[in-house]
Amino acid sequence: MTDPALAARPLPVASPKFTVRDLHFHYGDFHALKGIDMDIPEKQVTAIIGPSGCGKSTLLRIFNRIYAIYPKLRATGSILLDGENILDPRYSMNRLRSKIGMVFQKPVPFPMTIFENVAYGIRHHEKLSRSDMEGRVEQALRSSALWGEVKDKLKQNALGLSGGQQQRLCIARAIALKPEVLLLDEPTSALDPIATGRIEQLVEELKSEFTIVIVTHNMQQAARVSDLTAFMYLGELIEFDKTEKIFTKPDKKQTEDYITGRFG
Amino acid sequence: MNALYLRRRITNALAMTMSMLATLVGLAFLAWILWETLRQGISALDLKLFTKITAYGEDGGLLNSMVGSLVINFIGIGIATPIGVLAGTWLAEYANRTKLGESIRFLNDILLSAPSIVMGLFVYTIIVLPSTALTHGNTTFSGFAGGVALALIALPVIVRTTDEMLRLVPSTLREAALSLGVPQWKLTVQILIRAARSGIITGVLLALARISGETAPLLFTAFGNNYMAINPMEKMSSLPQIIYQYANDPGESMHALAWAGAFVITMFVLLLSLASRLILSRTKVSHD
Amino acid sequence: MTTAITTDILEQRSRRDARHERLFRWLLKACALLVLASLLGAAAATLWGGRDAFATFGWHFLVSSEWDPGNEVYGALVPVYGTLATSFIALLIAVPVSFGIAVYLSEVAPTWLRTPVASAIELLAGIPSIIYGMWGLFIFAPFFAEHVKPWLTNNLGNQPDDGQLSWVAEHVPFVGKLFGSSYPFGASILVAGIVLAIMIIPFISSVMREVFQTVPTRLKESAYALGSSTWEVSWDIVLPYTRSAVIGGIFLGLGRALGETMAVTFVLGNAMQLSASLLDPGTSIASTIANQFSEAAGLQKSALMALAFLLFVVTFIVLLIARLMLRRLASKEGR
Repeated sequence: MTDPALAARPLPVASPKFTVRDLHFHYGDFHALKGIDMDIPEKQVTAIIGPSGCGKSTLLRIFNRIYAIYPKLRATGSILLDGENILDPRYSMNRLRSKIGMVFQKPVPFPMTIFENVAYGIRHHEKLSRSDMEGRVEQALRSSALWGEVKDKLKQNALGLSGGQQQRLCIARAIALKPEVLLLDEPTSALDPIATGRIEQLVEELKSEFTIVIVTHNMQQAARVSDLTAFMYLGELIEFDKTEKIFTKPDKKQTEDYITGRFG
Repeated sequence: MNALYLRRRITNALAMTMSMLATLVGLAFLAWILWETLRQGISALDLKLFTKITAYGEDGGLLNSMVGSLVINFIGIGIATPIGVLAGTWLAEYANRTKLGESIRFLNDILLSAPSIVMGLFVYTIIVLPSTALTHGNTTFSGFAGGVALALIALPVIVRTTDEMLRLVPSTLREAALSLGVPQWKLTVQILIRAARSGIITGVLLALARISGETAPLLFTAFGNNYMAINPMEKMSSLPQIIYQYANDPGESMHALAWAGAFVITMFVLLLSLASRLILSRTKVSHD
Repeated sequence: MTTAITTDILEQRSRRDARHERLFRWLLKACALLVLASLLGAAAATLWGGRDAFATFGWHFLVSSEWDPGNEVYGALVPVYGTLATSFIALLIAVPVSFGIAVYLSEVAPTWLRTPVASAIELLAGIPSIIYGMWGLFIFAPFFAEHVKPWLTNNLGNQPDDGQLSWVAEHVPFVGKLFGSSYPFGASILVAGIVLAIMIIPFISSVMREVFQTVPTRLKESAYALGSSTWEVSWDIVLPYTRSAVIGGIFLGLGRALGETMAVTFVLGNAMQLSASLLDPGTSIASTIANQFSEAAGLQKSALMALAFLLFVVTFIVLLIARLMLRRLASKEGR
């Protein structure tokens, strides 16, 4: 453990969902990620923490190649999803995005009804009968713990929901596609503590079905919900280990300084 | 020192008074123009305006001109709206920050204030002249040609508002849809245009307000017609055209009819701009 | 086995999506190119229509003041002069008034008054130009002929009613000629300029007000903190900061004024004559076209098309400058 190179090496994981190797990312001239290696285990919650600008959101946005909609962004290296490199341009976007769902910082319901919000994505990937579709929407809303609150107003505009409800609707929208992975990009940063608590509880429940990667600026949240925690700083992965270990006896001085609040 | 201070204070007081006077002058002219239009227009209002056609001259009404205006405006907006919305969408969603996109956006802004009479001559050249040649020399002015001329004037307004409104839609909405695997064209049509819907409608209403008072481009395209015409392939009267004709007529009673027409157009335009303002203010509330 | 099938379906769907995407892009781009086409088309159509006039008269077309349908001789000087003179008068009036309105609405007026007054001024911009024309013809021109014109001719002009030259007409060069007129009616270059000014005031003032609001508050506050008066802040801080956009707004108004047809046609008097007096009737490019095109044929029609081409090119250049100036501030804001 005295060798600093040791900790930066990927943690050996029994069944990795993602295998990231030598991942570099450039925004124009800016080198945002500098050689990330990490294995993300299946059906567990992996949290990525670090000060703002460290590249944690960038990393998350490479997992489903959402960055590709902006010009001048470039990723090199490899990310294997179940053994296939998703950075390979031949890897179909449809396939990638049907396997990976994403929830963003701010709740972004589409300007349509609650039902349509959830059904919208499904419709693009599968042709379902009306009753099957209703079943799928209900199931997704139940999984995101929203069914009870919205079952009587499925025909209402989603913009009328509260912030926390909107965010759970976005989670329902993502899991309705039955993805294998759920990416959460600071999903509670725009919510109040009660709504945050419900989302965290939801993450706990969902991990039996999905591989979850959550980016958060809130260290307590990472400690509460995740099994593994990665600490990033200035585009590098400093330390990646069991959450318990990161928050009790981290190997790296930088990690310790960060989690004890000595820099931010 | 005190003298300097005094001079500065006097300069300031003078300048502030002038600025207030300037505003009062602007408002006074607005009031004057509106007042005269209302006064002269209302005193000329008569049921025959809406029941008789212009063929009866001073004993007639403006029915064929109103119908003509409706038809021509409808054609103009009908052509300009789909093209304008699609072009604005291209600027905002596909060509933002590309050279061609920036140049078209820039030229569209110029077109926004281009002289409308030249647009009328353009449509005269590309529609009226060729159809005249086809019909062996009968000059074929038509309501359709007038509609196309108005469409050219409405187009830049709709392009601009669509472009602006779409660029106001937060990029997170795009990301959220794309992360569901929805292709960009579907995202654009089903989500972004829907999110910007009320803004786009405002643009269309503003464009309608703009073209419904346009006279110059109609003179050599729709021309005018003293009889009722509904077929857009015929010559067609319109309110602005008949106002222009009657106002230049020496007869007093013709002037009254012109004022009545002016009153109708002004009310229509004011209502449109009021409606668009209302829609826009409602959107702002629901989006934050 | 099942995964192979799903992958296949996904592949198919991706290909289909890509095809739709290409089609959609193509459609959108075609529509955007139509915007370009209408601009180029308008220039090309008028140039083509005016080719006979340009070929027959060459550059004489620009400098000749003769417009004689009887002898088929056409020169653009009179309408060009009318267009420039009316637009220049309009700017002379509209720029200071608009500046005053913008200062009042962004610095002076109580906050509750700002939005309603600004909306009212913008309402002025929405009134169709033919209404301005009618108001000018029936209301303002007679008012001007009765109340303003006699004063101008008698106190400034060289053809006063009583034959007694005023001090100004005698001693200040040009003024006597500018305001000397024996024409009894209101319709004139000056009245057209005034009506145009009223028309473009809302355009210029709303651009000015908008750009004044982009001046950072801290900049204004630090000037106020030094004891500057409202006027000093407006003139020394706000105006220099927004100079390019203010010029852009003025050019935008100029572009409108140059191309305006209806408001001018009604009050210009439509006389194909070159007169030094602003109180005499004249004509402009747009109103010459509006008045003559329907009845013109042959070379006259071509000359009118040539006029339209000139108008289009000049307004294009003016508006180009306007947009470039306005864009400069936008990029400053972005930084």
